[in-house]
Amino acid sequence: MTAQGATDDMLLEVRGLTKHFTLHGDIYSKLAGEKAQVLTAVDGIDFHIRRGETLGLVGESGCGKSTTARLVTRLIEPTAGQVRLKNEDLLAFSPRRMKETRKDIQLVFQDPYSSLNPRKTIMHILSRPMEIHGLARSWNEKRERVLHLLHRVGLSVEHIDRYPHEFSGGQRQRIAIARALSVEPELVIGDEPVSALDVSIQAQILNLFRDLQEEFGLTYLFIAHDLSVIRHISDRVAVMYVGKIVETAPASALFDKPLHPYTKALLAAVPEADPDKPPPRLTLKGEVSTPIDPPPGCRLCGRCPRELPVCAEVEPQLVDVGGGRQVACHNL
Amino acid sequence: MPETVPETVLELDDLTVRFRLRRGDLTAVNGVSFAIARGETFGLVGESGSGKSVTARAIMRLIPNPPGEIQRGRILFGGSNVLDKSDAEMRALRGRHIAMVFQEPMSALNPVFTVCEQISDALRTNLGLSRREARERVVELLSLVGIPSPQKRLDSYVHEFSGGMRQRVMLAMALSCNPGFLIADEPTTALDVTIQATILELITGMIERLGMSLLFITHNLGVVAHSCDKIGVMYASHMVELGEKREIFANPQHPYTVGLLNSIPRLDIQARHLTPIAGSVCNMMEPPSGCKFHPRCAHAMDVCRREVPKLKEVAPGHHAACHLHDQGAAA
Ligand SMILES: Nc1ncnc2c1ncn2[C@@H]1O[C@H](COP(=O)(O)OP(=O)(O)OP(=O)(O)O)[C@@H](O)[C@H]1O
Ligand SMILES: Nc1ncnc2c1ncn2[C@@H]1O[C@H](COP(=O)(O)OP(=O)(O)OP(=O)(O)O)[C@@H](O)[C@H]1O
Ligand code: SF4
Ligand code: SF4
Ligand SMILES: [Mg+2]
Ligand SMILES: [Mg+2]
Repeated sequence: MTAQGATDDMLLEVRGLTKHFTLHGDIYSKLAGEKAQVLTAVDGIDFHIRRGETLGLVGESGCGKSTTARLVTRLIEPTAGQVRLKNEDLLAFSPRRMKETRKDIQLVFQDPYSSLNPRKTIMHILSRPMEIHGLARSWNEKRERVLHLLHRVGLSVEHIDRYPHEFSGGQRQRIAIARALSVEPELVIGDEPVSALDVSIQAQILNLFRDLQEEFGLTYLFIAHDLSVIRHISDRVAVMYVGKIVETAPASALFDKPLHPYTKALLAAVPEADPDKPPPRLTLKGEVSTPIDPPPGCRLCGRCPRELPVCAEVEPQLVDVGGGRQVACHNL
Repeated sequence: MPETVPETVLELDDLTVRFRLRRGDLTAVNGVSFAIARGETFGLVGESGSGKSVTARAIMRLIPNPPGEIQRGRILFGGSNVLDKSDAEMRALRGRHIAMVFQEPMSALNPVFTVCEQISDALRTNLGLSRREARERVVELLSLVGIPSPQKRLDSYVHEFSGGMRQRVMLAMALSCNPGFLIADEPTTALDVTIQATILELITGMIERLGMSLLFITHNLGVVAHSCDKIGVMYASHMVELGEKREIFANPQHPYTVGLLNSIPRLDIQARHLTPIAGSVCNMMEPPSGCKFHPRCAHAMDVCRREVPKLKEVAPGHHAACHLHDQGAAA
């Protein structure tokens, strides 16, 4: 590897990214004039992804992963923070520039059921983005490309004229993947892109992601709950807990030796595909932490087996611990 | 040894479901039979598109018609055939006695109602709770499924919930009336492993406390290994293997099951490439003759191209549909 300038190969850089949502109160609290509650879905996170790299993003359900994905693709606007794409301020892009850029950043949505237009055939769904971005002109060319894409995600010509509701959950998910790949993007953000697939087709799709990365230098932000999938696909992993990144590390280091108590709890809770292995263990006790008015200090307070008195008062910051790793915890 | 025969709660007998599409017919479920006893968890696994969700929807009588129709078979629930019931009888059965967690939450949740309204609806119609009682019960249920600050999230709409939170709303809805039978179609795919473990504990608790039975559809073989008693494996509309969990994991008898178990990515090593089952998935509009797995099977013989293998007992309580188990077939 040549020593490159640190920023030259930087594809995506996120700093202090924050998103607040205002909640609806019920009618009684509105009448009582209570203040609307604010939920902090993403709370000042920093991360970067280099060209050709895969960053895995894991964390508790509801911790802000999909919100992060939507912020980075500018489907929603952040409350604060910066998103830089190839060293440019993405948030300052004009609508026109943003429209062009959309081709380069593709999002595979977590819920394919709501992200595929129910009134369009698969042919339309897969060829329309190619048309918009001028990637295929003649009908024949389009059809050929669509068939090729379908084949790569394990579907075939029998599916081309059907509508989204005529598919199984996993088939719909593969259509969503094919659509994201159809416009030759640079950055693919996959929000649980293989969660509805059996392990054999999942292996086929993960190999496809790998091959495309090697062929075209694609960059991935990969959100998944299946930690063996994350381990397999990621170069680096970021672990989130209630709006914060609590640990980042090269994938192999993270799985071999998790440092943050939440990461440890995650790894201990993975059920292994062997009935003779011990069942997963829950090492976190107590109630799940809330993103609404979280108390000061560490978000894991009250659940953490390693808690110290300082944890409830001072919020731990992400600090370098060597080996390309960062952890936010007072008691490593 | 005296054996107590467990009470069968659900029995599928030769269930066959077909969709009539513009380009031709598609048989999504083909002659599927299995039974689930009281308090038992039956794991249904198999290839994406193999007919698992259609099987589940058929039990609930929720196959859209047209284009779908139940062509053959019986679905016995508590001894009587679900397919003979009137719509009113079905409504009385659904929710109260059989509940279902659907694979895609947004397909089953209503975007214009709040979370509280959706869950309390079932509580009020099925259990006759008042608005206030129902509201209190919803808070309880949401906290059981691990939604933080439930009092403050009650009046949110489902699009304001994360993917995994929606899945848990649906689970709360399904569990709200203590059903005797739960069909859970991929109920934990959108959950991280710690919340998944919490949810599985909750379900196990209901099985033990209420004698609930569970049809559990999942791709997560780790979950199957720890949560199910029996397993059924589907491939291209057929049930290809059926048996006790330990037996299937230790001693898989169908080449598809073997391939499936070999495809599991591992947590302890990082392989460059994973090993999916070779060949491409079966075209369900024009399925291959004989055994539908034959174009991808390393053991395929002449008979495999000619005859559909029947599900046969290959060891006590262990069934497989493969010609390798025919009498006199070369192993
Ligand atoms: N439009 C919205 N209005 C209000 N709250 C929202 C909205 N979108 C998301 N949230 C809240 O923000 C938090 C983070 O949600 P997000 O979808 O990012 O979680 P996630 O990490 O993707 O979870 P999962 O793994 O369950 O999909 C959740 O508490 C969610 O309810
Ligand atoms: N409404 C429908 N109209 C036409 N075909 C359908 C319909 N629903 C399902 N199918 C087809 O029936 C077959 C079985 O679908 P099913 O949803 O049962 O698969 P599955 O085993 O649940 O797969 P997955 O694991 O991907 O969810 C598939 O080939 C699918 O395309
Ligand atoms: S800072 Fe304290 S409470 Fe937070 S993870 Fe570390 S030890 Fe646990
Ligand atoms: S019946 Fe033949 S083709 Fe089918 S799984 Fe068995 S050996 Fe393979
Ligand atoms: Mg999400
Ligand atoms: Mg399904």
